[in-house]
Amino acid sequence: MTTSLVAQPSPAAATPPAAAVPATLSPVPVAPSPSRPLRTARRLRVPPSVLLAGATLAVIVVAAAFPDALAPYDPLAVEPTQTLAPPSGAHPLGTDENGRDVLSRIVYGTRSSLLLGFGAIAIGLLAGTVLGLLAGLGARWLDAVLMRTMDVGLAFPELLLALVVIAVAGGGTRNALLAIGIASTPSYARLVRAQTLGVRRAGYVEAARATGLSEAAVVLRHVLPNAVKPVLVLATIGVGTATVAGAALSFLGLGTTPPTPEWGSMLSSARNFIELSWWYGLFPGLAITVLVLSTSVLGRYLQRRAEGGVR
Amino acid sequence: MSVRTAARRVGTRTLGALGVLWGAATVTFAALALIPGDIAYAVVGGPDSNPSPEVLAEVRREYGLDRPWWEQYGAYLLRLATGDLGTSYRFHSPVTQLIGEQVGPTVALAVSAAVVGVVGAVVVALATAGRRPGVRGAASGTELVLASLPSFWLGIVLLTVFSFTLGWFPSIGGEGWRGLVLPTLTLALPLGAVLAQVVRASVEEVLEEPFVVTARARGLTDAGVRVRHVLRHALVPLTTMSGFVAGGLFGGAVITETLFNRQGLGRLLLSAVSSKDMPVVLGLVLLSAAVYVVVNLVVDATYPLIDPRLRSAT
Repeated sequence: MTTSLVAQPSPAAATPPAAAVPATLSPVPVAPSPSRPLRTARRLRVPPSVLLAGATLAVIVVAAAFPDALAPYDPLAVEPTQTLAPPSGAHPLGTDENGRDVLSRIVYGTRSSLLLGFGAIAIGLLAGTVLGLLAGLGARWLDAVLMRTMDVGLAFPELLLALVVIAVAGGGTRNALLAIGIASTPSYARLVRAQTLGVRRAGYVEAARATGLSEAAVVLRHVLPNAVKPVLVLATIGVGTATVAGAALSFLGLGTTPPTPEWGSMLSSARNFIELSWWYGLFPGLAITVLVLSTSVLGRYLQRRAEGGVR
Repeated sequence: MSVRTAARRVGTRTLGALGVLWGAATVTFAALALIPGDIAYAVVGGPDSNPSPEVLAEVRREYGLDRPWWEQYGAYLLRLATGDLGTSYRFHSPVTQLIGEQVGPTVALAVSAAVVGVVGAVVVALATAGRRPGVRGAASGTELVLASLPSFWLGIVLLTVFSFTLGWFPSIGGEGWRGLVLPTLTLALPLGAVLAQVVRASVEEVLEEPFVVTARARGLTDAGVRVRHVLRHALVPLTTMSGFVAGGLFGGAVITETLFNRQGLGRLLLSAVSSKDMPVVLGLVLLSAAVYVVVNLVVDATYPLIDPRLRSAT
């Protein structure tokens, strides 16, 4: 009956939280060494594709945090003699219609593009978690009202729901982020609710309650972390999807607007110059694709691990 | 399943579907009410038009904006029930008429993309499921890449290669099927890739079933087993995803039609969003919710046709 691609919580996913484990049972100690992450990866038998995805994401995050360290030029510097110049030594990815360096604009665009993706997922996750917890733990009527409302939300395609929010609130980076966040809330709320219902009756939650913990403490310390963990894994994939949604809104002229560099709005301008330059339309989209690929490879791997498929 | 339980099941489902539609209508009404500024200004042409108070009052009366909200809400639901989606602020013509004028190209695009995507996904998944790791890996790797492609970029790449470099297809507009090829691929490739992943997973599950071994033991060829026995099972998850597919196509139409400068509902929606023509935005959004609900009702009714085991169970 369920159309969700997400597996139901398996026993492996419902292991007690670290807090419930006595301190003497700390995880296997790892010998400190210069290449500790790599050795940990090898010990866990992380496939090379996942390592590559992780490394790519690391580069992308660095580009978002310190664009000036990676970009050869100012992303807004106009060079009227160098408009739509093909890739060369001076401009590895060519220039755009104003003679701006495409590579530098992609690097600087990382921040706006990731801001849309991460910001939207943060909103969707936060709202979805609160609503899902309320539905899963609250009274039956509250559950019914919230979930029927989420059903209505799910009846709209996400992009259309985002467009409605923008029609009401107007375009721009902040509203686009909000729009995608709101549009992704129903699916997260449904997931968190399903997880909460599973965790609520788990033995360790009953045990925590029996030790005299207050209801709020039980929810915060035991129900919340275990209900949200599998959802967080999915959110890894969601970051990629939300970044594409954000770029799509910018492409449509409703998100981040020029001259601020952003991948979707770069493609929107590039669309007018396809005949004159293949590089302008190629590389910003490649950046989006690489980001989405990396998040899906990493997300799927984490998902398999959480389900105990990989060990 | 007795006629009575069947009727009851259909009844509950239909009631649920109507509930979702009522909710969707309420959401759109709330969106209308939430929009900042006076709707009357939007009707007479934005805040710069400087209309006289008499004109504004006239518009308010005409659109029922001077009534209390519950009266407006009731009137809104009544109008929707009779198929009236309201009047466009910008074009001053009925939303249903605007939709009717633009629906053709979008349906053509969506149907061709759905056919290409679904058929392609089923063929590729049936052909590659359970094969040597090399074949399977190549297919699922390609699907992962295709599923990750943003459609607006895929369209630009297709235009660069097939339109501007090879000159096989027109870049913008284009008459007949030649103009439909690149937009169809732009929509169908990422969609088909997602579907192929789902179908392959279910085909591989089915290939492990005892009845497949039986069929092989009866001397059926591998292709025969896949087409005659496995295909039917693989259709179940595909049917379940129909609502997702319909929604994806509608959302994708907004981007594809913009990219290829095509007429259609997607372009209509985008221009309505940009000009805050709320009745058109909400009419289109309601339409998509209605399509989603109807598709899911039909899907529910189709399960027993695909899987005979569901005919006896409730």
